[in-house]
Amino acid sequence: MNFDFDSNQKSLQSEMRRFLEQRSPVSEVRTVLDGKRPFQESLWSELGEMGYTGVAIDECYGGTGLGYLELCLISEELGRTLAAVPYSSTVYIFAEALKEAGTEEQKQKWLPKIAKAQTVACFALEEGAGSTPLQKIKTRYADGAISGVKKPVVDGQIADVALVVARDDETENKCSLFIVDLTDETRFERTQYKSLDPTRSLASLNFKMAPADRLGVPGSAEILLSCILDRAAVFAAFEQIGGAEKALWMARDYSLERFAFGRPIGSFQAIQHMMADMYAATVLARSNAYYGVWALATQSDDLGLAAANARVSATQSYQLCARDAIHIHGGMGFTWEFDCHLHYRRSNFLAVQYGSLSQWEDRLVRQLCASDGVEID
Amino acid sequence: MDFDDTREEAEFRARARAWITKNAPHELHTELVNAPFGHLDLRSVDAVQAARQWQSRKARDGWACLSWPEEYGGQGAPQMHTIIWSQEEAVYSRLGAPFLVSQGSLGPTIMTWGTEAQKQKLLPPIVTGVDIWCQLFSEPAAGSDLAGIRTRSIREQDGSWTLKGQKIWSSGAREADWGVILTRSDPDAVKHHGMTMFFIDMRAPGVVVRPIRQITEQSHLNEVYLDNVRVPDEHRIGPVGAGWKVALTMLTNERITVGSHMPTGFEELFSLVNQITQSGVPAVYDRSLRSRLAGFASRANGLKYTYYRALTELSRGGEPGPEMSIMKLVAASTMQEIATLALDLQGLRGAVVQEGMDDNDDRFQMMLLRSAGARIEGGTDQVMRTIIAERVLGLPQDMRADKGIPFSAIPTSPNQKAPAAAE
Ligand SMILES: Cc1cc2nc3c(=O)[nH]c(=O)nc-3n(C[C@H](O)[C@H](O)[C@H](O)COP(=O)(O)OP(=O)(O)OC[C@H]3O[C@@H](n4cnc5c(N)ncnc54)[C@H](O)[C@@H]3O)c2cc1C
Repeated sequence: MNFDFDSNQKSLQSEMRRFLEQRSPVSEVRTVLDGKRPFQESLWSELGEMGYTGVAIDECYGGTGLGYLELCLISEELGRTLAAVPYSSTVYIFAEALKEAGTEEQKQKWLPKIAKAQTVACFALEEGAGSTPLQKIKTRYADGAISGVKKPVVDGQIADVALVVARDDETENKCSLFIVDLTDETRFERTQYKSLDPTRSLASLNFKMAPADRLGVPGSAEILLSCILDRAAVFAAFEQIGGAEKALWMARDYSLERFAFGRPIGSFQAIQHMMADMYAATVLARSNAYYGVWALATQSDDLGLAAANARVSATQSYQLCARDAIHIHGGMGFTWEFDCHLHYRRSNFLAVQYGSLSQWEDRLVRQLCASDGVEID
Repeated sequence: MDFDDTREEAEFRARARAWITKNAPHELHTELVNAPFGHLDLRSVDAVQAARQWQSRKARDGWACLSWPEEYGGQGAPQMHTIIWSQEEAVYSRLGAPFLVSQGSLGPTIMTWGTEAQKQKLLPPIVTGVDIWCQLFSEPAAGSDLAGIRTRSIREQDGSWTLKGQKIWSSGAREADWGVILTRSDPDAVKHHGMTMFFIDMRAPGVVVRPIRQITEQSHLNEVYLDNVRVPDEHRIGPVGAGWKVALTMLTNERITVGSHMPTGFEELFSLVNQITQSGVPAVYDRSLRSRLAGFASRANGLKYTYYRALTELSRGGEPGPEMSIMKLVAASTMQEIATLALDLQGLRGAVVQEGMDDNDDRFQMMLLRSAGARIEGGTDQVMRTIIAERVLGLPQDMRADKGIPFSAIPTSPNQKAPAAAE
């Protein structure tokens, strides 16, 4: 047993960290926050040039062919710096869906573009408030085209391709995944929503007979989504851990500088103990995420369990660290100027992306029951 | 990253499993499964005797204290063997409870601080389970503030020592052969200096042990009175005046042992929610309950994998990282929350502390009572958080009224003024 990343992986991570510190300081992220840019386009291209969007894409499709362990470390750093790039929609979801179910032609068409960050994808599943079970999906695919309204869609405002979940007319009422080109704006309408986390844009996509290319066999959405979302849960967990640790250490640094009653606030036990609990939550989350990526990288039967476990732990940890980081900054934490709210926003955004906390909690318990041979409804 | 056994590890696991299947006290299996966490009480046999038998059998065939050096009775095996062994030993590892102090914290402390003669004399009988140890640190006026101990050690003309004072909360002191004891050798030195560590024969003249009845109704804890107990200088561990440093070695090891061995009760809870019905269906069908279960599951798993991370570090010859400091803090309060939830699910049945009333046993009731102590022993929740804050996060020490003044001048009650030197 060896429960750690190896030295090559660790040096990739520190390289990534240095790169982001230089290329994506918070001032850059804030240009997106303030609505001056839809996302950090130049950073996105650079990520592609450096090969960071293609770490888990095979070399024959233009990637670097490293793997999931490396992808997770990159996600962690993106989470730490709050980078405003469509990495998760494009790399966690679209690339993985293609790898899992794409035809050779589909892979040849899209994977090299992803590996070079020459495309931005979005994942169009939801159709309104509450989770959207596949049985309730109204968007339809018929005669080679998609019609229906998807909302909200992360990165829907900036994407040039969408992975859409729709009811497939060629099956008995089942759903499939479809690739829809978003460069032809005559076949759909996009409307931007104001996002809780403006560094992650949201939109609705209203498809009107938009030509679509099915991914995978007809009716395979359910099985594909459960596989892809397990992976996304592990990647997102690392992103959340990066953010959680950053929020904790920001609070820690501030607590050494800020004086009250003649001493640093970091010497007050109430503050110390809050941070000790934040620390404990990040350690648990990190250990659980390690198990998650191990299960992913080794295609373990435990992946469903490991992914849900990692996701629940990481979501709770980031939410805790982000909200208490504000508290430890006092009034300053409540200002636009301080960065605390960026983490507060991001943590609560990530908590509902790719299935919300309560859904993952539910899945975790189901998986535990399943591994005991019990099915629950 | 690799969770699977290497070939060598798989081979070791197979050998361990085969040996356990052949040699374990299978007749105790059910009782051990149902035994509540903490002090081991068995109904059919004397627990300490059963523990000693298992330990000596393991030692005879080379399965005891695997990672200890061979010259002291261990196997010099890699750390990973220890974890594989404990996974395979599974429920029988509960028989290790009487050896928690000797193997978990005292042994490593002797290896760090002991003389060669002490290592040769003390370590092998720990491996075979012949010697049981207790830890005599806490005192009535020194728990969290352990450096406030007052038990005196006075050097005699012939170089030997006389110990006087009182210890309290000494787990297993009645069964113990030896006690490791922190004493104050120089009350005029500042608080954290002037302490010296010894070990004493628990049957030496002047050692009086009195049981304390706990909230669990068991009496595993004791008061230990030291009435002019003579101790040879060979029983000193580490230099005179270095007692605090030795104590820290011991406490660090204790926290790792206790933290990595402390169950959360999640497995028991999980089987309960699958068995017990509410409105005619198993409790696990209740979605709001699942949210809480998931929270507990991810904490229990997180602890397990944190331990694996520490072992990975150890197996490379490193020190376990600061992560380990969270183990006991998280485990103890999780156990208490889990017990509380289990009673809730049982309804009024939850208030019955009795076996055999129905299909349920009393383990959650015992867990509820015992977990309150788990949050105190080996450093309270607050002490553990302070350790994380100071040592891991590098935050400043809390204000202290006892710094830089002779121990004998530190105020001990509200009507004493701090001496001028402190102001
Ligand atoms: C089951 C059990 C087994 C034990 N076994 C042993 C043993 O084998 N050998 C041994 O030597 N001891 C043993 N102990 C003793 C244990 O180490 C002490 O009880 C513990 O360290 C707390 O000390 P105390 O009881 O004096 O409580 P106190 O120190 O009086 O603490 C009372 C309360 O004050 C809080 N507090 C104290 N100081 C601070 C501070 N600086 N900041 C914030 N809060 C503070 C504590 O957290 C606690 O909530 C055992 C205890 C238990 C419960």
